[in-house]
Amino acid sequence: MHRLYLVPTLIINFVIVLVPALLTIALAFCSWDGISTPTFSGLDNFRALFADGVFWTALTNNIIWTAIFLTVPIAMALLAASMLLIVPRGSNFFQVIYFLPVVIATAITARVWQGMIYSPVTGLFGILHRFGLPLTNPLAQPSTALFGVATVDLWHWWGFLCVIFFAALRQVPQEHIEAARIEGATYSQMMVYVLLPAIRPTITLMLIMTVIWSFLAFDFVYILTQGGPAFSSEVLSTLAYRHAFYDLNVGQAAAAAMVISLFGLVGTFFYVRLQTKEGEQ
Amino acid sequence: MSARLVESRLTLTVSYLVLAVGAFIALFPIALLVLNSLKPAAQIVQNPLALPNPIRWENFVHAWKDAKFSQTFVNSLLLSGTTIFLVCTTCSLSAYVLARQKVASWKIWTFYLLATTTAPIQLYIFPLYFGFAKLGLINNVFGVALIYTALYSPFAVMLLRTYFIAVPKELEEAALIDGANHWQVFSKVMLPIVSPGILTVALIIGLNSWNEFLIATTFLQKADKVTAVIAFYLLSGQYSSDWGEIMAAALIIVVPVVVLFVAMQKRFIEGMAGGSVKG
Repeated sequence: MHRLYLVPTLIINFVIVLVPALLTIALAFCSWDGISTPTFSGLDNFRALFADGVFWTALTNNIIWTAIFLTVPIAMALLAASMLLIVPRGSNFFQVIYFLPVVIATAITARVWQGMIYSPVTGLFGILHRFGLPLTNPLAQPSTALFGVATVDLWHWWGFLCVIFFAALRQVPQEHIEAARIEGATYSQMMVYVLLPAIRPTITLMLIMTVIWSFLAFDFVYILTQGGPAFSSEVLSTLAYRHAFYDLNVGQAAAAAMVISLFGLVGTFFYVRLQTKEGEQ
Repeated sequence: MSARLVESRLTLTVSYLVLAVGAFIALFPIALLVLNSLKPAAQIVQNPLALPNPIRWENFVHAWKDAKFSQTFVNSLLLSGTTIFLVCTTCSLSAYVLARQKVASWKIWTFYLLATTTAPIQLYIFPLYFGFAKLGLINNVFGVALIYTALYSPFAVMLLRTYFIAVPKELEEAALIDGANHWQVFSKVMLPIVSPGILTVALIIGLNSWNEFLIATTFLQKADKVTAVIAFYLLSGQYSSDWGEIMAAALIIVVPVVVLFVAMQKRFIEGMAGGSVKG
């Protein structure tokens, strides 16, 4: 009878995720405008996708994005989390502040940065420019647009990592820390020899999730630049979305979704392996 | 709470300095949001950093009206409420069965749900959209609630699973010996014990569905059917270039979330970290 307990979760999952996912895989090999009957077109969608320069820009941007998020926020979060462990008072206060950007809707965060910080008319950059600093709106330049968007996502994201790392650091056995302190370990020695090895499973998990999430990045790119100017900040997910809902070229969108999933799949493989290994311990 | 890592005053000072810089980074954009929600547009153009003089409360009135918050807040509440209800009921059932290994195939389903946690939305959103369009489910908040339920269920199951695993087996066995059937064991013995976990899931799912953008903007298109966040997005993109009003609209959406988060911070943080930190 316990089998019935699983039914509601699985039915909803199959209807919303599994069946449409299988359809996407089928559609990647079809030509479809979303209205008429799909026709089989073999590898045409992939050929068209790979022949499109924007696809390669998007893929490169996703890789740059992944590289940024594997380093900058992880380093910021580890630094702040270890400081939270050092201070005798106030760690909870700081933790709550760092987490605030995480609970604010992405659409709102995007607009605040767009209008209040980057804008040359109403933003911080505008007023600093008037004071003579050579600042221009990073979202308007093809060479900086992607970094302008990534900065916003970084602001929104690093506090989450910090809170997770801090939670992991608090699980490090007191005796280990105590022993290292008696030996006279400095901060960096403490980090390298005691703390980082102790929370390695958590760091690994976050690195894997970063890879998966980096290929899903959508909200901030879509709201801030729509992938522009001149496709300079396009990523795979906005490219797929544009193909499906603006060009009504669903087959090609499905092909792009397959490429995204391919990277996700590699991450998922390591994620599931890590989680099940931990579960068995 | 924990023994000190280092004792020198210098290290402590540096630590607080670093933490303060972090707090400044996190708070500065939020401060700009609050500050400029109180100013007329002309003052913002003059200097976004200056204090409002005089304060323009009308921003909130205009924002409320232009973003149709009296309607779109109801939509958001309905959507989040339905999602919370669906996720909590369906996932406590399945998490219990998977945690207690009540079915022979528990490994396969746990593995499957773990894998769907990481499935990209793009892998299923396109056929889903055209399917929903055929069934007339576009602009239907309950349809979107169903998508959110599927989207957040794997996370909820994994989190609730850890709560069920922590319940001592003897409690269940004792109830069975007393003649309770399996449904009574689940609803009368297990559910009350894991209720803190269910509350945590409800908070996180509520926050996620309140803030969600991609699915909401795709499946809700009519101005009176959208969520508060999408109404804000449309207001700031198309209907208004008055940044005072836009920030006021943002503040109206953010305040309830921040108040709830600060009041329930322990649960939020525990739940968010719960999936990734054991113990």
